[in-house]
Amino acid sequence: MIINHPLLGPRDAQEFVYLGDAALMARPDGLAPGAQDAFHDYLYLRDNPAGEHRELWYHEQGDRSWLVVTRNTVTHEISRVELARDVARSMGRSK
Amino acid sequence: MRYSGFRVIREALGGHKGWTPTWRSPEPQASYDYVIVGGGGHGLATAYYLAKEFRQARIAVLEKGWLGGGNVGRNTTIIRSNYLLDGNEPFYEFSLKLWEGLEQDFNYNAMVSQRGIMNLYHTDAQRDAYTRRGNAMILHGADAEMLTRDQVREIYPFLNFDNARFPIKGALAQRRGGTVRHDAVAWGYARGADQRGVDLIQNCEVTGIRTENGRVLGVETSRGYIGAKKVGVAVAGSSSKVMAQVHMRLPMESHVLQAFVSEGLKPLIDGVMTYGAGHFYVSQSDKGGLVFGGDIDGYNSYAQRGNLPVIEDVAEGGMSLMPMIGRARLLRTWGGIMDMSMDGSPIIDRTDIEGLYFNGGWCYGGFKATPASGWCFAHLLATDTPHPTATAYRFDRFRKGLMIDEKGQGAQPNLH
Repeated sequence: MIINHPLLGPRDAQEFVYLGDAALMARPDGLAPGAQDAFHDYLYLRDNPAGEHRELWYHEQGDRSWLVVTRNTVTHEISRVELARDVARSMGRSK
Repeated sequence: MRYSGFRVIREALGGHKGWTPTWRSPEPQASYDYVIVGGGGHGLATAYYLAKEFRQARIAVLEKGWLGGGNVGRNTTIIRSNYLLDGNEPFYEFSLKLWEGLEQDFNYNAMVSQRGIMNLYHTDAQRDAYTRRGNAMILHGADAEMLTRDQVREIYPFLNFDNARFPIKGALAQRRGGTVRHDAVAWGYARGADQRGVDLIQNCEVTGIRTENGRVLGVETSRGYIGAKKVGVAVAGSSSKVMAQVHMRLPMESHVLQAFVSEGLKPLIDGVMTYGAGHFYVSQSDKGGLVFGGDIDGYNSYAQRGNLPVIEDVAEGGMSLMPMIGRARLLRTWGGIMDMSMDGSPIIDRTDIEGLYFNGGWCYGGFKATPASGWCFAHLLATDTPHPTATAYRFDRFRKGLMIDEKGQGAQPNLH
């Protein structure tokens, strides 16, 4: 698979380390009520869809940026690549 | 029809006109007591033991494709019970004991071959870890043996013993481990279940699970609605897809695992061998092909095919262990979808919906578990209590911190 890095252009997926579902970016608030259940779900449960999947890849053997890659789990086709930093900012984080 | 040597001779004299189909192809009935979703190894074994050991009736197995077309037809056929942890070892030892009597039990030649498995070690630390594991196996009634470097060399003189980085120092062996003809396992269970009145319904995809007031009523399928008192789901890589029909999210990801077979070679490897310094395991089929595999590809996939980097990685592992493998040509590679759980161990449990039961999360170790998985799932379905060897395989172990993590990798499915 080739991942089209937003800054570096097309890179071989072997340069990256895979983490998993991009929902992992939305870490629950540890002080909110029900945090224990929220963390169980956050840490252990996954949607695991067959089809389009947004996921986190880390460019370990490159510029060490985290990417959010939208990829089809049935065809392995990659339709969109974003910097995780930009995605986090659009979620209202790190302003 | 009972199979025997006498039967083969009789049919040979009669021009082989007396053989009957191995199982029926019945039309689905309006309702059953038990519906098993998934006609793979685990689903068929469940139906077989439900009918035979727990004497239940009105059972159907629903399969979206053909029987045994998923992972039971795609694995590297290894059986063993060399686990470390308390939650696992009694279960896998139970499974190995069932393998030992399986062919007589279901009257089918599954070519169970206890040719032995050998886990090589390359460092002192690895030797200590394997010694500990061997002791754990012996304490649970399994067999284990530490082999010295010379003992390994006697069996496999061609290995790369003096590799500068990863010299082979010995091995943990389990002589009762081995290989089984994987397709025959599915066929044997299917035939045994069919003979005991189980309806095996192929080309019947479950598209929905109907519930009312927290109780299961039946399943919607591509061949119409089928009522059921109890529904057991055993669909391996498709677990998340099926359980999403009742809005359940599972502690697992689906990943692709590739396997490989070389061209046919003269007898070379007697048993099963695993490399301790890379992820590579190999055995030789009765046709002569080297059957081997390695890591999963490492990203979520439902594609049943993998990518080239893992093929390269597995080939490197093989070359490092036994350089002569470089002269053999690769005949075929294929992929299967693994339900990789969050701690690398399976789940056989009830769900929050009454009458709905789940069996999955086998990662890439489900084949060796087939008989015990079927037996324990049948036990749970028939009695509503877990089998003594499968009490740890619960959904709530993640909530309670009772993970069964053989590799100690944490909640990262692609590392198990």
